[in-house]
Amino acid sequence: MTPRQGNRRLVPAYLATGGRARPSRNTFDRLSLLQHAGMPVTSDVRPEEHRILELLRPGALSLAEVAAHLHLPVSVVNVLVADLVDAGLLHARVPIPEAEQLDRHILERVLDGLRSLKS
Amino acid sequence: MDSALSSPNTRTPIDAGRPLPDTGSPPGSGAHPDTHAIYLSGTDQTLVKLLVAGPFGVGKTTLIRALSETPPLHTEEVMTQSGAFVDDLAGVREKTTTTVAMDFGRLTLPGDLVLYLFGTPGQKRFRPLWHDIACGALGALVLADTRRLADSFEVMDIIEEAGLRYAVAVNTFPDAPQYNVGMLRDALDLHAETPLVLCDARDRGQSVDALIALVGHVLAHTPQETP
Repeated sequence: MTPRQGNRRLVPAYLATGGRARPSRNTFDRLSLLQHAGMPVTSDVRPEEHRILELLRPGALSLAEVAAHLHLPVSVVNVLVADLVDAGLLHARVPIPEAEQLDRHILERVLDGLRSLKS
Repeated sequence: MDSALSSPNTRTPIDAGRPLPDTGSPPGSGAHPDTHAIYLSGTDQTLVKLLVAGPFGVGKTTLIRALSETPPLHTEEVMTQSGAFVDDLAGVREKTTTTVAMDFGRLTLPGDLVLYLFGTPGQKRFRPLWHDIACGALGALVLADTRRLADSFEVMDIIEEAGLRYAVAVNTFPDAPQYNVGMLRDALDLHAETPLVLCDARDRGQSVDALIALVGHVLAHTPQETP
C-alpha cells in the first residue's frame, strides 16, 4: 500500500466556487428537469427530437434519464434539448432553485430525507 | 403534469413493510403504473446528485442498485481517444471516440427532493468527464476494496481536484481480508475528518448509512451563511 504524496490543497477549490458552477444560457445539466411544453409538434422537428418529446409526454424526467431511456449520449441530448427549448416545445428547469444553491438548507434536507429512510 | 403527479411511485422499494412517507396514490390508480413509474412524481422537485466513485468492480453499481427506486440506468458518454470530453457534435466524425457507460440511479426523498446517484469511474483517463459530472454534485462517496486499496487513491485525487468533499465506504466483500478502521484509515491516508465507514454495498440500510455519513460530513464543513 503506497501512501499518497502530501499534495493536498490547503484551501479546497469548492470554497472558491461555492461548490457549484452556473451553466450559461441554454446549456443544461444532466439533472436539468425536462418537461413537455404541451405545444403541437411542428413538421421541422427531427426524429430524435420527436423521440424526446414523446418520452416526456406522460411526465417529467431529468436530462440524464432522457439520455438513458433513448440510448443517446448526454452530449447529444444536450444539443437536442437546447434546440427544443429554443423552439418552445420543451421546458427545462435548473435542478436546484437558485436561492438554495449555496446554502446549507439543501444539505439539511438531504440528510433529513436519508435519515427518514432509516426510521 | 397531472398524470405524473398522480402516478404511484410503485418502484420505491424501501425496506419491506415500511411504507414510504408521501407515497402518492394507491397502486393501480394510474392507467399505466409501470410506464409511469419512470417519471418524476412532480415538476417542482429539487434534484440533487451525489457521486459514487471508485475503481472498476468495487461495487458502485451494486450500491446504486441497492438504493435506487428505478433499475440502474446508464448514460453513454463520448470521449475522444486522447481523453478529451466531447460536448459538441462538431468534428466527432474526424476523431476516434470511445464511449463510456456510466450507471446512475434515483432515490426520491420526502420533501420534494430527488437524489441522483452517479457511478463515476475512478481512472485518471476519465478525468475529462469529471468536470461535467462533478458540476453541482453535493459530494462523493468513494468505494474501496481492501484487496486493492491503492486503486482508490487515484479516485480520491480526482475528487479533490474536482473540489468535492467525500467519505470513504469500504465495501465488505465476504472473501476480502478484514482490517480494523484505524488500519484502513492509515492505509488510505485519510484526513482525520474524512469519514470512513464499512458497508456491504448490497445492503440498502448500510448503503443509506454511508450516504448519511457523507452528507453529514459535507454539511459540517459547509460554512454558515453570512447574515
